[in-house]
Amino acid sequence: MTAFFQPENLTEALEWLGRNSGTIAAGCTDLLAATSAQSLQGDVLDVGALAEMSGISAQKDGWRIGAAATWADLAKAELPAAFYGLQQAALQVGSGQIQQVATVGGNLCNASPAADGLVPLLVLGAEVELASLRGRRRMALAAFVTGPRQTALAPDELMLAVHIPREQTGGYSAFVKLGARKYLVISIAMAAARVAVQNGKITDCALAIGACGPVATRLPRVEEMLLGRPVQGARDGLSEALISAQIAPIDDIRADSAYRRQAATEVLRRALETALEAAQ
Amino acid sequence: MTVKTVLTVNGERHELTVDPARRLSAVLREDLGLRGTKVGCDAGDCGACSVLVAGEAVCSCLMPVAQVRGREVTTVEGLSEGGLSALQQAFLRHGAAQCGICTPGMLIAAQALLAREPAPDRAEVEAALGGVLCRCTGYKKIIDAVMDVAPRPLGATPPAAGKAVGTRLERLDGVAKVAGSEIFGADRVPDDALLVRAVRAPFHAGRFALGDVAPWAAAKGVTVLTAADIPGVNRYGVIPGFEDQPALAVDRIRFKGEPVALVVGDPAVVESLDLADFPVDWQETPPVLTQTQSRATADSPLHETRAGNVLITGKVKQGDAQQGLASAAHVARGSLKTAYVEHAYIEPEAGVAWLEDGVLNIHACTQAPIMDRDATADILGLPRNRLRIRESATGGGFGSKLDVTLQPLIGLAALKTGKACRMVYSRRESMQTTTKRHPGDMQAQIGVAADGRLQAMVFSGDFNTGAYASWGPTVANRVPVHASGPYLMPNYHAEATALHSNGPSSGAFRGFGVPQAALLQETLFDDLALMLNMDRLEFRALNALQDGDQSVCGQEMRGVGIGACLAALKTPWEQANARVAAFNAESEHVKRGVGVASCWYGCGNTALPNPSTIRLGIKPDGSLCLHQGATDIGQGANTVIPQICADALGVAIADFTLIGTDTFLTPDCGKTSASRQTYVTGKAAEMAGLALRRAILGRANAGPEAEITLQDGGIVVTDNHQTRRIEPASLPQNEFGYVLMAEETYDPPTKTLDENGQGVPYAVYGYGAQMAEVEVDLRLGTTRVIRITAAHDLGRVINPLLTEGQIEGGIAQGLGMALMEEYIPGRTENLHDYLIPTIGDMPKIDPILIEVPDPEGPMGAKGLGEHVLIPTAPAILNAIRDACGARITQLPHRVLKAIQEAAK
Repeated sequence: MTAFFQPENLTEALEWLGRNSGTIAAGCTDLLAATSAQSLQGDVLDVGALAEMSGISAQKDGWRIGAAATWADLAKAELPAAFYGLQQAALQVGSGQIQQVATVGGNLCNASPAADGLVPLLVLGAEVELASLRGRRRMALAAFVTGPRQTALAPDELMLAVHIPREQTGGYSAFVKLGARKYLVISIAMAAARVAVQNGKITDCALAIGACGPVATRLPRVEEMLLGRPVQGARDGLSEALISAQIAPIDDIRADSAYRRQAATEVLRRALETALEAAQ
Repeated sequence: MTVKTVLTVNGERHELTVDPARRLSAVLREDLGLRGTKVGCDAGDCGACSVLVAGEAVCSCLMPVAQVRGREVTTVEGLSEGGLSALQQAFLRHGAAQCGICTPGMLIAAQALLAREPAPDRAEVEAALGGVLCRCTGYKKIIDAVMDVAPRPLGATPPAAGKAVGTRLERLDGVAKVAGSEIFGADRVPDDALLVRAVRAPFHAGRFALGDVAPWAAAKGVTVLTAADIPGVNRYGVIPGFEDQPALAVDRIRFKGEPVALVVGDPAVVESLDLADFPVDWQETPPVLTQTQSRATADSPLHETRAGNVLITGKVKQGDAQQGLASAAHVARGSLKTAYVEHAYIEPEAGVAWLEDGVLNIHACTQAPIMDRDATADILGLPRNRLRIRESATGGGFGSKLDVTLQPLIGLAALKTGKACRMVYSRRESMQTTTKRHPGDMQAQIGVAADGRLQAMVFSGDFNTGAYASWGPTVANRVPVHASGPYLMPNYHAEATALHSNGPSSGAFRGFGVPQAALLQETLFDDLALMLNMDRLEFRALNALQDGDQSVCGQEMRGVGIGACLAALKTPWEQANARVAAFNAESEHVKRGVGVASCWYGCGNTALPNPSTIRLGIKPDGSLCLHQGATDIGQGANTVIPQICADALGVAIADFTLIGTDTFLTPDCGKTSASRQTYVTGKAAEMAGLALRRAILGRANAGPEAEITLQDGGIVVTDNHQTRRIEPASLPQNEFGYVLMAEETYDPPTKTLDENGQGVPYAVYGYGAQMAEVEVDLRLGTTRVIRITAAHDLGRVINPLLTEGQIEGGIAQGLGMALMEEYIPGRTENLHDYLIPTIGDMPKIDPILIEVPDPEGPMGAKGLGEHVLIPTAPAILNAIRDACGARITQLPHRVLKAIQEAAK
């Protein structure tokens, strides 16, 4: 006998998780796409409508994005310029139909190496808030995703929200996704950049690349190199050799690793360029 | 687990007991019977299942029904209130629905957009519809429709008698398609129908032994059927002499997904079965997947009777090609490889079989009802008069639905259980097990004289024909006949070999191998033009076939339209080259280029009979019935054939009652393939129309110019201001219930090809030339096609609206083939790993319709369906090369690599 449980509130959800091992479902766009059956199989906890996991709001120490907020919610939210890349990514998750129901938390917990949401959230220094009957904890998003389809989420835990610390919301951001067609496409490579500029020099810099390794990754060495540099010519500082050393792309049906190395460098340059233009 | 659920759909409240985790699409279709919502993939990849939930478009296949949470659901059935909505009318008016399978999804996505933005621009339409795939239309007419929903007066004036041909007539079968009421293969569900699923091989090659099936079947409460249950001959094929495929495999597995058993039973039981525990012992062996591997394993062929893994080699030889090359001023040499291409129609195979008065009825999507009947009857050991094939609406075919798929399987299940039996392929089953476009591995040399005249061509190609023969022989024969392109080639030697492998069977796909060959020939033509320092369009025009020229088969050509097509491109070509030069002068890492390519394509079977028969009659009540047996898979036969027939008979097209494809009701119109229906069935329709006209005029003693009108149950003949009225009710009926009837058969006059491929392979050819403008990002190697100008010679344009739809849709498939489509057996069995163009990938398309009448075709008409795809990919490749120097020798393109190689 399987169950499809739709809790009234977070406590009910966490209690269910404490007692059962089942699938946590929100938008279901990854879950139902992955089964050939006509129903979700096994026990399911549907957290998609939990008030405690919804909404996008400004808080005193930053921004909170409910884990069950949809990409459509995110795309139309009024957010600072640093979120622009994230909002651009929101509009490129699957299709409009997918964005209506697919959630930010689902994208992160599904932990696909090609997840569109991860890269722009990384450059915002996102943290995730996890809850269980044992309590709540926060951890850096970069630490949360531990491998392809692997996360630090404990079996009795639920992702409640994504938090963007206020100090990470400076400047401007951009997101560039490379796919083989316009819509409904899984990335070959993608990049996000967030930068702040003062007096023609880069004063804050966050860069990330996705679909070019087991997990999306920040590029701290490259960020460090760019800090304090003049905007002019910053793009050219991103050589393929430099970027290549930070990623580990594979050959798959979408592209080979050699192409991914070249493409990752180029999409990163474009993301940086776009963010710098906006920042000036 | 099921729970009580309340669902409000299209304003109606439903209480049902369902599994809350069940897909909303399944609940709508199966529990509520709202089958206007289509299922194409169950993965959110195609958007056909889109519905509105609280006004927003979502994929109903990705929403558990419990997540509707009391919100209002609107399906396509809810869009029309008492009649078609303005949006649905716009779809009809613009020809936005071809096969109609994606139409509900498109309409829903458009409805959500129009609710928030009543006058969207093109970009907004693209963004809103980007999640719905269409394989027929090329999206242009869909965009046009969504941008033109202002209400119009209802019912455009139907064309008067004698004026149907040449009219932009809306599809005669279009209302059901835009209303969502069309019945496709999965949409006919008799009460208490059982569900059939196939147990399929999990690997490409090997053997299997069935385990103890009976206890498993008993435990699950299902019936299991295997090859041992097949009453007839468990071997079929589409070409006589090449029957080699078992309906259910015996011992040996030749491709991944090959069916070994059927599980039949109550739908709820069968649907939820995990077939992984079916008792079968699988033994995998190393597969042969490419032409190279097929050649390398020639001593242990896939089929014992086919030495060297060779299914067949086709050859055409004229003059002395080697001598011609030796004496040429310039010789271009090259090779090119193409990928497996999947048809990717949005309707996976589906159908239902049932017994009625001792006759097995099969209602399934198809392109070839008579072939389905013959193959299925032989497999099931039935006489042909005890098997009735009724065509469902077919949600795209493009060649693959010529082959039987589930027909013998559901037929067997219905025979064995005595109950109606349904089967609906999953997207994976459809992609894994149905035919593909042949991967080609081709080499060629083409020589020209110093004055630019073609001297000679040598072509050879290995084509991966997969596990079973299917249409491999047709491809191997068509390629050498067409590999010269529509050019005068005095010395020629072309061979094409179809090689077996453990890939899916390659069969018919829009063009039967000609698109692959054209890629190599047309890209080498650009080499030659460069060597000659001659304009690329001019080089083609110089060598274009003309009336009276001999083809490479030694056929004297008539009604040749390639020169007119190339001439029509001259001004657009000059303008495009100027635009590109101006752009490139200003742009550094993004470059544009222009390319051109031609096509020709013989309509109908290659030097083999392929007759069509049309029956037309008047009933005692005065109604005029047209038995139209040419399956309409979206291309428009249901409209075009009546248009031709109406003008031949000389009555208004609105007077026809159409009787659609049904092997008990419609005479054989052959298969919908080889661009033959407008020509061959159209000619039969013209002949039948003329014959009935003669019969009516004869009865009225009227002259040939007399006017015929059908009025109030009578036939009124007006001749020289004299009017006579024939009362059908007073005339005797024939065996078909008609008082006046004509039945005419037309078979193209062809001549068998000799051992050198010399003869008359086709009676009619169509021609075309397309020009592509592309933009290449030199740093990423990405290519965007900006514009395609497509000049096509149709001889006579029967319906410009449908013609444009064919051109735009063919271009979409050609663009996909060039830029993104690659089926990798076992790896791209879904529509997110196998990519076809979306609405955002399409260029601007300027169709130019040319009419060089064919002396043989009906009213001068030629075929078009396949022609439109052939020049697109080579024109794009030539444009890429023009833009950046990259020479693409493998499809789909790898431009960055080619740019870097070109720079070396």
